[in-house]
Amino acid sequence: MKTYEEINARIESGKAVVLTADEIIEYVDRKGLEAAAEEVDVVTTATFGPMCSSGCFLNFGHAVPRMRISEAWLDDVPAYCGIAAVDVYLGATELRQGDPANTYYPGEFRFGGGHVIEKLVAGEKVQLFGLSYGTDDYPRREIRTWLTIHDLNQAVMVNPRNCYQNYNVGVNASERPIHTYLGLLKPNLGNISYCSAGQLSPLLNDPLYRTIGVGTRVWLAGAQGHVYAEGTQHSPTCDRGENDVPREGAGTLALTGDMKEMNPKFVRGVSLMGYGVSLALGVGVPIPILSPEILKAAAVRDRDIYAPVIDYSGDYPQRTGKVLAHLSYEELKRGEVTLQGKSVPVSSMSSYAWALEIAHLLKDEIRRGEFLLSRPLRPLPTRQSMASLKIRDKNRREVTR
Amino acid sequence: MSARLSEPSTGAVTKKLTLYFPRSETEKPIVYHLVKDYNLVINIFRAKVTPEEYGYLVLDVTGTEEDIRRGMDFVRTFDVRIDESHKGVRWDRDTCVMCGNCVSHCPTGALHVEDRRSMAVAFDSDLCVECLACLANCPYGACTSVF
Repeated sequence: MKTYEEINARIESGKAVVLTADEIIEYVDRKGLEAAAEEVDVVTTATFGPMCSSGCFLNFGHAVPRMRISEAWLDDVPAYCGIAAVDVYLGATELRQGDPANTYYPGEFRFGGGHVIEKLVAGEKVQLFGLSYGTDDYPRREIRTWLTIHDLNQAVMVNPRNCYQNYNVGVNASERPIHTYLGLLKPNLGNISYCSAGQLSPLLNDPLYRTIGVGTRVWLAGAQGHVYAEGTQHSPTCDRGENDVPREGAGTLALTGDMKEMNPKFVRGVSLMGYGVSLALGVGVPIPILSPEILKAAAVRDRDIYAPVIDYSGDYPQRTGKVLAHLSYEELKRGEVTLQGKSVPVSSMSSYAWALEIAHLLKDEIRRGEFLLSRPLRPLPTRQSMASLKIRDKNRREVTR
Repeated sequence: MSARLSEPSTGAVTKKLTLYFPRSETEKPIVYHLVKDYNLVINIFRAKVTPEEYGYLVLDVTGTEEDIRRGMDFVRTFDVRIDESHKGVRWDRDTCVMCGNCVSHCPTGALHVEDRRSMAVAFDSDLCVECLACLANCPYGACTSVF
């Protein structure tokens, strides 16, 4: 048994034993659980993929004369201005003004909030256009200027939901192609698409949230950020396997970090044909090996993690709850699965290759003594599920449609 | 029919070429002459031949080395630029995030997972048939067409 303080002392002295969630599997096989738990201080987990519930708060500073910006566009993408004078929130899935969306189906969605965030982190210049109604103390009514992230007072990423513990695997059982956030799904189970780093994914390595909680320091696209809350739709009460690993979405994390500290490689705008825009992010989360139980969970492997296969042409939009099958990530990563007697090629929306790279980057930072672990301020909720939105009339009587 | 117009004899090779046409040359029957006068088998993959605009042909040319060389010398007399072994589709390794969304949309396996342990994605341009499925399906714009 180790403590956070002991592990951090070893990190600071450059003596910490750190392995990635990929490396730890063979290590535990070789050394045995108890011995490995004595030796290993930290296991690094990671994921890289589209995370739609992301965005950032920006503070522009004040111009002369002052302006209380009430409408703003960054590279023609609207930002939310319902906060103080020169603060805005830019959301990852916001479309560019005038984007035809799916008017000419399927839309291309070439540029949106996620792409503006990518440009900002990359240090590129972005056009701010703002309007206001004008007040006595903030008389300016219009502004147009070009800025970079270095000109901003703050650029803080605040993401209400990242790092889904597990995720649906999408297929299309209908007769026509469909465009989803899991990509193009071909008709008649023509392909299958998943989105998780499996055995590398943070919350799959800590299925009962013993170490990852509110206040946990995380590697957010290279910046040292932290978990500020459980993510929206956090639903730990769910279908779980004997190893406690969820067999469906389950837990989520709300993350924040300073965009000025981020590595642009891991902050990428996403265009999903027929669906919309988003932001792909790289996240790494260290797991302190405080006990053999924590290590056992962190040594989970792809063949012991199952995801539900859902038909996105009908069962997903209509919320029927029907699951066609459960597939392990080991099966999915082979590139071809058998579904209803048919051989189906596999695609992924999540990048395992980059998750692996991030797990190594975080491992190296911890080994160099540059990244210390933080004890959570409070644990993530372990018992709650996701409510549905009921459609009611004004007397709160439920209506069917 | 002369022997020269029969199927290319053994010793024939196939080259993938891209011919870029200047604006003024798009109405000349160049492919006709390549077949008739130089005994070449032509398989056109992509073409854009529009009056008053520059144009291009992406084609396989099969014939003897000598016939292909003479045929291309003929083509150059029209101020046509020839790009050998050129692919219209480009995969940018630096833009690719290696997610693998493309692999089930690539019909020939040109885009593929090269290592199942790291799940790294790679592009084999020799297998690419320029169907452009990857262009529409890549969320990051890693695949582009030069045309």
